[in-house]
Amino acid sequence: MVLVYSDEKNLLLELIHLGKDLAKDEHKKVTAVIIGPDHHSKDYIMHGADVVVVVDCAIHPFKAEEYTDILAEVIKENKSEIVLIGSNKNGKELAPRLAAFFDTGCITDGTKVYMKDKKLTVERIVYSGNAVSVEQFTSKPEIVTIPSKVVDPLPKDENHKGDIIKKTIPVKPSPSKIVSVHQMKSESVNVEAAEIIVSCGRGLKNKQDIHLISELADVLKGRTVGCSRPIAADLKWLSEDHWIGLSGHKVKPKLYIAAGISGQIQHIAGMRDSGVVVAINKDPDALIFKSADYGIVGDLYEILPKLTTAIKAKME
Amino acid sequence: MNIVVCAKQVVDVSEIKIDPQTQKPIITGIAKKISDIDKNALEEGIRIKEKHGGKITVISVGSADVKERIKELLAMGADEGVLVVPPDNADYAMISHILAGVIKKIGSYDIVLCGEASIDMFSGQMGPRIAGFLGIPQITYAQKVSAEKDHVVSERNLGDKIVTMESLYPVLITVTKEINVPRLPSLMQILGSASKPLLIWPMDGVVSGQLIHKISTIDVKGVPMQRKNIVYKDDIDKSVEKLVNDLAKEGVLR
Ligand SMILES: Cc1cc2nc3c(=O)[nH]c(=O)nc-3n(C[C@H](O)[C@H](O)[C@H](O)COP(=O)(O)OP(=O)(O)OC[C@H]3O[C@@H](n4cnc5c(N)ncnc54)[C@H](O)[C@@H]3O)c2cc1C
Ligand SMILES: Nc1ncnc2c1ncn2[C@@H]1O[C@H](COP(=O)(O)O)[C@@H](O)[C@H]1O
Repeated sequence: MVLVYSDEKNLLLELIHLGKDLAKDEHKKVTAVIIGPDHHSKDYIMHGADVVVVVDCAIHPFKAEEYTDILAEVIKENKSEIVLIGSNKNGKELAPRLAAFFDTGCITDGTKVYMKDKKLTVERIVYSGNAVSVEQFTSKPEIVTIPSKVVDPLPKDENHKGDIIKKTIPVKPSPSKIVSVHQMKSESVNVEAAEIIVSCGRGLKNKQDIHLISELADVLKGRTVGCSRPIAADLKWLSEDHWIGLSGHKVKPKLYIAAGISGQIQHIAGMRDSGVVVAINKDPDALIFKSADYGIVGDLYEILPKLTTAIKAKME
Repeated sequence: MNIVVCAKQVVDVSEIKIDPQTQKPIITGIAKKISDIDKNALEEGIRIKEKHGGKITVISVGSADVKERIKELLAMGADEGVLVVPPDNADYAMISHILAGVIKKIGSYDIVLCGEASIDMFSGQMGPRIAGFLGIPQITYAQKVSAEKDHVVSERNLGDKIVTMESLYPVLITVTKEINVPRLPSLMQILGSASKPLLIWPMDGVVSGQLIHKISTIDVKGVPMQRKNIVYKDDIDKSVEKLVNDLAKEGVLR
């Protein structure tokens, strides 16, 4: 049995597809789990789920301790052998706790998941993008977290049949509580799908100067602005959907321009699959030049306006 | 307040090269350090101790040379260090059993602090695993921790939202890199750290029974990156002109 869970609908749709692929050879069923009120169970079935278990527990905001107990109960009952969990931050704190519960293996952020010699095999990025580790389980259940966009959801099939099972599971309340939830401003940028990205780092002196980056992005087809972790996480000049790197988004545009970014390995981890990489940095020894195809040493405040004008002229 | 900080020794990932023959990452001989975010975890522990008093124990599972690294953490402000040397090729399940065993043996603890992830493996597993074994609540990705006498309030940064949590003690918290700036020890502190207890605990007494692998790593493939590394250093106008021509030739200006 394959069990899939995420608190994000799209991610769960993707996991159902992945679960189907893994279940295929052995004709296993894919069970999707919803914790909380049933919103999308029919969608999950039309996108391939064989069973949807809806654990309806009044209003239940996510807490890893409680969700671990709930999922553990479903996994036991379902006799799940493979458990796929969406790798957002909630999923990433849930999966290892679940693994502790079952005293089993867990692999986070699997970028490739497949059967090899009938064994579940997972590849994950290690050493900040320098290597890929290929791992297998020697215990069950096999728990893996999967980031978004590893696969697309299956196309919708109105005729696909599946069971919806409602359940109530008593949970021991955790000694922690949620005091408040503050939604952050998001610009809904999709850097992962961008063809061209112009990215900025701490070489920028003020938030207002981001226009230098976006103007260059605007003349290039692609129009997407990215940034390093400090710009999103420390300074909060851009929302986290712009954040590229090991702990941010992984991108592979045709062209990646990094302005005022030092090129630390954790940033490179997010953009190393880019096509052409351009670096602009005033420090001739900046690491970013080692990870770039082309670079200009100099002040981005001088270079960016000139580059924008020159590219605009060239493209006309 | 009794504070436990989990700190891991890692290789400096920025030094890793890929062996051109075998296409594997070369790990041996590379400089080692304490995983960056674990220093943020310790710094947060020191600040909590400054407010409430108490004791900070730094614990690590790793090879014998981690002793040297723990000394740096004692200099920063930890009171005591405990190191356990694990069996070869220990996996997450095994190491988390050992860490949880050490914490249980320490006995009284209010806050366990970890990094959000270690910078070599970046898996973020250890904190939640330990919290699970200890049966205590966890607050991950904390960008802010306010420890009060009988409870803690902490902000989880989930990227698209901030969730503020409150928990009783004991609690396990994993911190982000942004939570603080770790202090550098003074020369006095470095000298003083030599007299602080640094214990190596044997495995028996920490875990009962045999530890079993749950994961086997069947391969580690290097991911080399080849770049042209053409850098223009002279006149800005000329550099810009050359770059635009290069980009046109690369076909990315369409
Ligand atoms: C576990 C972990 C995860 C991380 N994850 C990420 C991640 O996902 N993404 C990420 O980006 N980072 C990540 N980091 C942080 C990373 O290590 C670096 O600290 C960060 O990328 C540096 O950001 P920066 O290049 O913007 O700033 P800095 O390192 O401060 O670099 C600024 C650069 O701008 C240049 N500069 C300054 N002024 C000018 C000017 N006028 N013109 C031109 N150039 C100028 C400087 O020479 C310098 O090279 C992570 C770190 C850790 C420990
Ligand atoms: N071997 C270890 N010894 C002590 N603490 C560890 C060890 N491995 C991981 N940790 C802690 O767990 C955190 C997350 O690590 P990881 O699960 O490897 O991403 C680290 O930041 C440390 O606080």
